[in-house]
Amino acid sequence: MSEVKDIKEKNTKSPHPLGEGGYSTLNLGPTHPATHGIFQNILKMDGEIIMHAEPMAGYIHRAFEKIAEHKPYYQITTLTDRLNYCSSPINNMGWHMTMEKLIGCEVPKRAQYLRVIIMELSRIADHLVCNSVIGVDSGAMTVFLYVFQTREHIYEIFEEICGARLTTNIGRIGGMERDFNDTTWKKIKAVVEELPRILEEFEKLLVRNRIFMDRAIGCGPISAERALNYGFTGPNLRATGVDYDVRVMNPYSSYQDFKFIVPVGQNGDVYDRFMVREQEMWESLSIIKQAIATIPDGPFHAHVPEFYLPPKEEVYNNMEALIYHFKIVMGENEVPKGEVYHAVEGGNGELGFYLVSDGGRCAYRLHFRRPCFIYYQAYPEIIKGGFLSDAILTMSAMNVIAGELDA
Amino acid sequence: MENLLQYIEEKLKAKFGDAIISAEQSYDFPVYVIKREKLFEIIQYLKEDPEMGFEFLTTLCGLHFPDNKGQELGMMYQLHNMPKNWRIRLKTFFPIADPEVQTLTPLFSSANWQERQEFDFFGIIFKGHPDLKRILNMDEMNYHPMRKEYPLEDGTRTDKNDSMFGR
Repeated sequence: MSEVKDIKEKNTKSPHPLGEGGYSTLNLGPTHPATHGIFQNILKMDGEIIMHAEPMAGYIHRAFEKIAEHKPYYQITTLTDRLNYCSSPINNMGWHMTMEKLIGCEVPKRAQYLRVIIMELSRIADHLVCNSVIGVDSGAMTVFLYVFQTREHIYEIFEEICGARLTTNIGRIGGMERDFNDTTWKKIKAVVEELPRILEEFEKLLVRNRIFMDRAIGCGPISAERALNYGFTGPNLRATGVDYDVRVMNPYSSYQDFKFIVPVGQNGDVYDRFMVREQEMWESLSIIKQAIATIPDGPFHAHVPEFYLPPKEEVYNNMEALIYHFKIVMGENEVPKGEVYHAVEGGNGELGFYLVSDGGRCAYRLHFRRPCFIYYQAYPEIIKGGFLSDAILTMSAMNVIAGELDA
Repeated sequence: MENLLQYIEEKLKAKFGDAIISAEQSYDFPVYVIKREKLFEIIQYLKEDPEMGFEFLTTLCGLHFPDNKGQELGMMYQLHNMPKNWRIRLKTFFPIADPEVQTLTPLFSSANWQERQEFDFFGIIFKGHPDLKRILNMDEMNYHPMRKEYPLEDGTRTDKNDSMFGR
């Protein structure tokens, strides 16, 4: 061990940290099965110890910001689906709310509650995937298979609402495309009922599991100060002990109506990230229950005919609706000039949309604040000096999603 | 705070004088347009002054307005004071022939990749950046695709005719 330490000391003092000093180069990715997406990391290894890492981004770059400058506003929703594809409804809602802020549209309370239910369901789906993948990468395949059933049930709810599962395109600018039908409510209630049992089972398998604890505690830690400097948000920031949550700081979509706690960790390591996400799922469940219990009656969309697609039967029978339909589809509606920023608490943190409108057909400039892209920079610093297997576990605990990373 | 816009404007004007070009409220954000020469000092002051405390760089992005002659390119920064929940936006504009701004990497590690991204897309040179190279596009690319003069699709293609659809 002391030998390793000596080499480590000698190597870190070398004026050429790359190439010299007897490191071996390891190419982790881009299509490595343990990276869960297309990431490449060029690692300089000293035996099992990572001395230097250089992450590469951009393998699935799809130029969303450029495409967004050429699409009518309502078509941009489909781009946001493909950012963090584990929780695309949150991205959709974030975009709708950005547009609603720009055009000054107040969404009815019922639509806001429906949105909250969908967003929290997708947060649960997102965290379930992330946490169970932490299990997989630490050698516990079982949990992954167990919880995927629940994720499937949540995706069935999305399917019932909008017809799609992964890239959902739920909602419209101004509200929801339709109210939930009876089947949807039944499915939501079924998930709400089964989830506590699933989560408890999940926690029994991992939370106090000695092997998992030994593996995860102290693995890939980051201090709160560094995390803030690196622009961390979401569960990864809260795992370091900072209680920043967009839902509480800048409530949107009636989040101020619900009572929930913001779970925080202490050390910012893999175990804390895991536990924060775990607790957040319970909080999301509680929010869904509160929303179901207190959802008011009323319309499910605001009256903004310039932006909200009219129902088909009206398009066929009503002149005005036909005109609006045509204008919306061709992107001819008038949008106020201005610049607006709106952030939602996505699965990974603060997902922001910075939109500059010049009053034209398309967005003049649209910038996505993608939490993954910003906190993935810290990855080399976190894994430096640790083992390769810890690096794999750290990456899955940080929940780096390729779609969000590369936009 | 009720008058965040004015409060910070007064503080900045007292310290930096005419480096603050304008201040206005845009929806829920106070927006300040500042001179690029003082960008780093202003953001350092906003971060390190105990009364300001904007210690979190939310996001930054490049802007391109080809019609503003002499001020074509721009940068937008959003800062956040988390304990007080103050959010502000800073903007600075500069000519496209001289696309240089100071890097923020000494203040915020999160600026590193974000600045690389804006270099990649807009060709904005960040002076003092430790590793300024392309990040999302391929290294061989010889233009900066988010500038407005570049069309979305390859202009040399002849197999598509979308003129019927107004494109």
